[in-house]
Amino acid sequence: MTSIIPLTVNAEDQSVPSGWTVRDLVAARLGQSVGEDGRAADGSPLGVAVALDDAVIPRSRWSATALADGARCEIVTAVQGG
Amino acid sequence: MTKTDTTTDNRTGTTAGTTAGTTADRAGMGAAAPADDPLVIAGESLSSRLIMGTGGATDLAALERALVASGTALTTVAMRRFSTQTRGSVFEMVRRLGIRVLPNTAGCYSVRDALLTAELAREALETDWVKLEVIADDETLLPDGVELLEATEELVHRGFTVLPYTSDDPALARRLEDAGAAAVMPLGSPIGTGLGILNPHNIELICERANVPVVLDAGIGTASDAALAMELGCSAVLVASAVTRAQDPEAMARAMDLAVRAGRAAAGAGRIPRRRLALASSAFDGLIDPVQQSEGSGREAESW
Repeated sequence: MTSIIPLTVNAEDQSVPSGWTVRDLVAARLGQSVGEDGRAADGSPLGVAVALDDAVIPRSRWSATALADGARCEIVTAVQGG
Repeated sequence: MTKTDTTTDNRTGTTAGTTAGTTADRAGMGAAAPADDPLVIAGESLSSRLIMGTGGATDLAALERALVASGTALTTVAMRRFSTQTRGSVFEMVRRLGIRVLPNTAGCYSVRDALLTAELAREALETDWVKLEVIADDETLLPDGVELLEATEELVHRGFTVLPYTSDDPALARRLEDAGAAAVMPLGSPIGTGLGILNPHNIELICERANVPVVLDAGIGTASDAALAMELGCSAVLVASAVTRAQDPEAMARAMDLAVRAGRAAAGAGRIPRRRLALASSAFDGLIDPVQQSEGSGREAESW
């Protein structure tokens, strides 16, 4: 069964298949595969972090954390800044 | 300049090294600052006393040249929502250059915002270090001391190495140190103004009393401002706009590196005291006496 659930990702509405984990969402956003450990295939860090409803989800738990209906997700990275 | 007080000044200059860095930092300093005189923050040695911010640069290639020219070992980044534009830009570059990254909490106005941003930065960049900024309003970008102190206490409690961006208030700097800050980062003047160090006396007081490194942060306009910060006793200087928005960022980055080294060396060398009146540097002994020579000659002294 492939039902769809609504999320808010970086303040934008997005629908994803139910059963998706944080890891699936990050992989889709970054356009690259993400390992069980929350790193790139070659083991290098992705440089991103995820918060679900203002709670940071450690990358080691991305693949075990399911996305709940209506969850507010923030995916952040480093940008230029003083 | 605000420091042109004309009375003899015993605060500086009577003992070599009285204004040279914090107590902890001063211990290893000889008369001439040695080349292997690293900045140590939270037990980590950094090979340069110039910290570069990455904000304000128009293109990444120019930023990279400036970072390399500055010789910096630590550089700040901000945390923002991921987009395909931001993807893999500054983080990958800093990693490639082997420069340690210092995430900031720029844009945070409350303890709550700052804590979440710091946690996200720790997770994304795999560092416990955070340059803590809690801003009062977006017009002055001045630190909100009350929120800053509370956020420092909480982040220290959560195991972060906290470098708070603070005002030039010696009392607040002391409170932040007591709360466990690994360094304190007082402003010279508001962010991006390039007004230099508006209250050198306060910066000097902060340095004299601190037991953690003092990093002059914000307001630097040009190299002499950075040198002054070091002469006042700061352990390091952070520059962003002064370099990234200069007409030639790479040349300004190099100038800042030299200025920080020069200021550090001067602080260690022990400046002369300020005096109200002149003090000749040539001896008076053995001075010829033209009046005696012409005595009794019966003729007018020739015009010289």
